[in-house]
Amino acid sequence: MSSMSSRFTDESRLGISGKVIAQCAAEGRAALIAYLPVGYPTVDQSLEAFRALSDGVGVDLVEIGIPYSDPVLDGLVIQHATTKALRRGVRTRDAFRAAQAVAESGCTPLVMTYWNLIEQYGPDEFARDFRAAGGAGVITPDLTPDEAEVWTAATDKHGLDRIFLVAPSSTDDRIASTMAACRGWVYATSVMGVTGTRTTTSSAAPIIADRAKAADHLLPVGIGLGVSNGDQAAEVATYADAVIVGSALLRCLDSDGADMPGDLEKLRALVDELAEGVRRGQA
Amino acid sequence: MTLLPDATGHFGDFGGKFVPEALNAALAELASEFSRANEDPTFTTELRRLQRDYSGRPTPITVAENFSKLCGNARVLLKREDLNHTGAHKINNVLGQALLTKRMGKTRVIAETGAGQHGVATATAAALMGLECRVYMGEVDTKRQALNVARMQLLGAEVHAVAAGSRTLKDAMNEAMREWVSTVENTHYLIGTVAGPHPFPWMVRELQRIISTEARAQMIEDHGALPDHVAACVGGGSNALGMFADFIPDDSVQLWGYEAAGDGIETGRHAATISAGTMGVLHGARTYVLQNEDGQTIESHSISAGLDYPGVGPEHAWLAKSGRATYEGVTDAEAMQAFGELTRTEGIMPAIETAHALAGVKRLGLRLAEEQPDATPTILVCLSGRGDKDVSTAFEWFGMSGQPDKVVGGMA
Repeated sequence: MSSMSSRFTDESRLGISGKVIAQCAAEGRAALIAYLPVGYPTVDQSLEAFRALSDGVGVDLVEIGIPYSDPVLDGLVIQHATTKALRRGVRTRDAFRAAQAVAESGCTPLVMTYWNLIEQYGPDEFARDFRAAGGAGVITPDLTPDEAEVWTAATDKHGLDRIFLVAPSSTDDRIASTMAACRGWVYATSVMGVTGTRTTTSSAAPIIADRAKAADHLLPVGIGLGVSNGDQAAEVATYADAVIVGSALLRCLDSDGADMPGDLEKLRALVDELAEGVRRGQA
Repeated sequence: MTLLPDATGHFGDFGGKFVPEALNAALAELASEFSRANEDPTFTTELRRLQRDYSGRPTPITVAENFSKLCGNARVLLKREDLNHTGAHKINNVLGQALLTKRMGKTRVIAETGAGQHGVATATAAALMGLECRVYMGEVDTKRQALNVARMQLLGAEVHAVAAGSRTLKDAMNEAMREWVSTVENTHYLIGTVAGPHPFPWMVRELQRIISTEARAQMIEDHGALPDHVAACVGGGSNALGMFADFIPDDSVQLWGYEAAGDGIETGRHAATISAGTMGVLHGARTYVLQNEDGQTIESHSISAGLDYPGVGPEHAWLAKSGRATYEGVTDAEAMQAFGELTRTEGIMPAIETAHALAGVKRLGLRLAEEQPDATPTILVCLSGRGDKDVSTAFEWFGMSGQPDKVVGGMA
């Protein structure tokens, strides 16, 4: 990996979150990105969980998921948690509280949200308020650059990173144009499927990572969907600039069947294991 | 009027393609393949043959002489989509998309269904064309419509009950979309209405357009003139767009869409998306949506499972905003009254979905009689489906006992 630190020569492409990844690359390792939804088990408890992600060695970037009623790219683990969070009254604006909590714990907050929630809040207002809360960038799983004119203007105006997705089914041209529309990094979905842990990482993962790097070597590539333990993180770290972990972390919050565990030890232990994994993964 | 949608699937501010990138390639392939198929006589000839020999097209127009008497001075004509194979307009879309599935070299279809009508139609076409078929249906709906679950299974389809979210049609659509992300290589998602991401709203409209192409010609040839008004019920809106499409350029024809107002729009328990919704993005398109302030979808309510959907096809949103078509709500009570009236006056039992359009037409006829007492307007309404599936709902609604009126004969 160490040779790759020189790939990120254009700072304007890196925004805020890409610089964090480039810094990790300079250390000769992949970055670790953790996803958790705000509002699960409750808003206050989720803030504690977000802070816990920075305990110990900690993660490098935090993705704050905003629960949505119709999450078409989420598997069962995330659906169950976000459905409960919605029932308990979580609001879009709670993501800003989560961003503050993450920023205060010394980590860089991102948000991952389905587009309608931003559209209803107002794209410009959302970019403004999330940035004001310390937010660095936004991942939009159901917004592609084709529909992103308004969003591009809003994120440019408020200095926020835009992270779009590429997939194994994307053509090379499409990967290049999507990456050109990103600032920060690009989210490469490593499998054709929804979120959720998998026992083996996809054989398509190194291929999509390589295709993305070949299409645009200046932008960091994060690989998501399926990583659940330190060994998988180490493996993905050999070809990705950032390793994204979601459902596996979320499962630490309801591992006893009850969704309000008394402590966050399981979460901290998994973060430690994953953080070790991305450091072990350096070639 | 300009030709809509534009190349990227927009109807003015509405429509578009808000989907995970993983589906983009499949949607692009579908759009170009459908364009090519429409120009290819092999495809169009085969589709016409199926429509005629399998589905029973063209469907007739029936003059509803008796029902018209309840509608002021209006003359009400029924475009009989209920006479299609499987009992509704749904088959028009399904036959086209199933043929397209084979043309794309895919071997499997998935579909979402509410009441089960689209699921049954999809299972039917899959049986005919030798495609594997899986239907997603909200868990609540599988219980309400157990007979339709059995119908689909008899046709060889696999039915998956969706226990997520509100466990109804919108969640079935989410689940089908989730599956499609991972099976898109060999599977076509056969969406049942003019909703969803581009190219679905356009493609499904084109496949349903035959309703108005036939009806327009039948009006001119058999009834001497274009109708003054054209009406249809609107859930997602596929029968309505099929019924409207060829009349949209006819400025003299007024277009009316009737949405499900459930217990009444003021109660909040309804599915009147255009009348009471706000602009948002749902299931891949920008349209009117029943949603809260944050953009979370609100559950819809209607006695008719086929209209019980919190979104609407983006072209309807455009037709409403541009003023080309007018949309009004019809309550459960109004629809059920019209259901009873058409059944008794014409001997035609409509689907409860369709009964919303009939109630709307009756209201329109009475209003026109007041506004222009000397006029005798012609109203053409899409009789989108038959009501056999709704007998148990009607049984409950009308408080029927199930007992015979009289017992005769037998031994003392």
